[in-house]
Amino acid sequence: MITWESFLETFETGSGFWNPLVWITAVVVAFLIVYIIRGYGKKDYKEKTGQTQAFLSGNPEYEKEQMHIKGSNVYWGFTESLKWVYKVLDKIHTGNPSDYVLWFVIIMGVLFVIVEVI
Amino acid sequence: MNWFELLTLHSPALIVAVPLLAAFLTPLISKINDIVRNLFVLIMLSITGLLVAILGYDVFTNGIRVYVFGGGAPLPSGMTLPVRIMFEVDAMSIFMIIITIVLAFISIIYSLSYLKNQDGLDKYYTIVLLLIASVFGMELTGDLFNFFVFLEISCITSCALIAFYIHKKESILAAFNYIVISSIGALFILFAIALLYGQYNALNMATLASSIEFTFFDKIALVLLITGLAMKAGLVPMHMWLPDAYGRAPASVTIILIGATMASFYALLRVSFTIYGNSLAVELNKVGNSSIKLNMILGTFVLVLAIITIIVGVLMALKQSNLKKMIAFAAIAEIGYMFLAVGSWLVALNDPNLAVAGFNALKGGIFHIINDVLDIGLLFLVAGAIYYATKETSLNMMGGLARNMKYTTVFFIIGLLAVSGMPPMNGFASKLLIYESTYLINPILAIVAVLCSILLLAVFVKVLHSAFLGPEIPDFKDVKEVPKSMLAAMGVIACVIIIFGLFPDMIVNNLVQPAAEALANNSNYITSVLGGGA
Repeated sequence: MITWESFLETFETGSGFWNPLVWITAVVVAFLIVYIIRGYGKKDYKEKTGQTQAFLSGNPEYEKEQMHIKGSNVYWGFTESLKWVYKVLDKIHTGNPSDYVLWFVIIMGVLFVIVEVI
Repeated sequence: MNWFELLTLHSPALIVAVPLLAAFLTPLISKINDIVRNLFVLIMLSITGLLVAILGYDVFTNGIRVYVFGGGAPLPSGMTLPVRIMFEVDAMSIFMIIITIVLAFISIIYSLSYLKNQDGLDKYYTIVLLLIASVFGMELTGDLFNFFVFLEISCITSCALIAFYIHKKESILAAFNYIVISSIGALFILFAIALLYGQYNALNMATLASSIEFTFFDKIALVLLITGLAMKAGLVPMHMWLPDAYGRAPASVTIILIGATMASFYALLRVSFTIYGNSLAVELNKVGNSSIKLNMILGTFVLVLAIITIIVGVLMALKQSNLKKMIAFAAIAEIGYMFLAVGSWLVALNDPNLAVAGFNALKGGIFHIINDVLDIGLLFLVAGAIYYATKETSLNMMGGLARNMKYTTVFFIIGLLAVSGMPPMNGFASKLLIYESTYLINPILAIVAVLCSILLLAVFVKVLHSAFLGPEIPDFKDVKEVPKSMLAAMGVIACVIIIFGLFPDMIVNNLVQPAAEALANNSNYITSVLGGGA
């Protein structure tokens, strides 16, 4: 039977524990502290002045539509540095069902060796 | 016997029979009009849901249920082996059918608006109901050949649904690849079943579990079953059908396909732990004084493949610019986490020092099944919503959608946090169990798993940035939020994700723990059919 108390119980994970309600309370308290600290910040901030303009190393700011980074450009550096890995992965993902079956047979063969059929 | 007892008695059969019957009635009902057909499908699913609830209550209260077709007793008089087809329902089966019915509901509610303007919806609902019935069958049956039949039905119906957008060549290709791979996998599974039947004259899982002697042919059958089912579950390097199938099917279909994939994963667990459960500690070889046991070597192999699955899934997801394919690769990575848990459980088996860690890993793996289904399912529905609103799947063409699709954006953020295992979402609790127990077996595995989870967060932050944030794209200035039924489907999953995330202890204690115990201890499963003497 599920009781109301069971909703509040801490989740034991073997070596540790996890209580999302405690975590949320801690996060809310942290946000409150941040909000209070923020209240002590500078109050002489002026909108629509040089303070709010983006500084792009002296270059002019593009129109907002042109500034949006497209999906395939995000993490460009990461994918570029792992080009060799992606070369291998792309080679495997041929889209050819014969290759898919080949992998199936390979895994089956390895398992046959593992359980000592072969 | 009153009507409720009668309903409880026949609920295992009715759970399959109701959607099956509804499937064949749907084309007829469609002749009246679309609204009546949609209502009919929803009512039939509601009845099935009610039956699932009744059966679930019965199993959790009274223990394993054995339902024999064509007779009351598993062993007809004069027989020494159960010959009748039977459904055997334990906590693990209940866990899976709950997942299936939730997915079925979400899919149908989402379809109401998502596919409203498409042709051939009478056939669509027929095939969807057939797929749902077959997945239920796979999860309830206690008979191996019966399982194969349901598996075949699920393969054929899935293929038809993947090819729903029949005018698109990519959909046809994905469906063709799927049916080729599925048929080959299913044939090997059938061959394995034949090998077992040839030896033991039985197809009943409990009978086989009590009889398996781990002979040469049993070993062959084990390999064929594991390979076939692992391929259907999407384990790398046999995963390649999955991104195409998930990516090309309509979002409402993909969510049920996830359920079908999980049914194969469930069958893999059933075969490994229930049928071959007594043989896992068999000594295969000796190196010096230490013996090499089946569970150890099989577990290590599964762990290696699981880590490769996670890494390949995450890395491939990171480079995709097609949203649905990206989520499909993320789904592969998530499957890797489940296999990581299974591998850890196998390695820890029969080691008293790792007994608790092993069982926690199994619990984490089972908990992750439902979490993965919800998280990945929600992300696919969001991708479907974006496609519905923009007719676009490429991230390169998207941007600023959060301005006009506020609810969809919120649902995406919930899915993003959940799938990458961020607290306090549901994915965190199951992954925490897996990380902890895997760490005790091999810390490197746990570290790689955590890093890949962070990468998974990066994958979906990319989507958030490219699709939802940024300036308004002129082409999408007039984009509107999706219809209410689609929002309701996404909202229900989002709520369940949050509830599971906030109260993991309740979910684990009441749903996951009984399922894990049912898998870990196959003696109850055997004695329910064969009696105490088994």
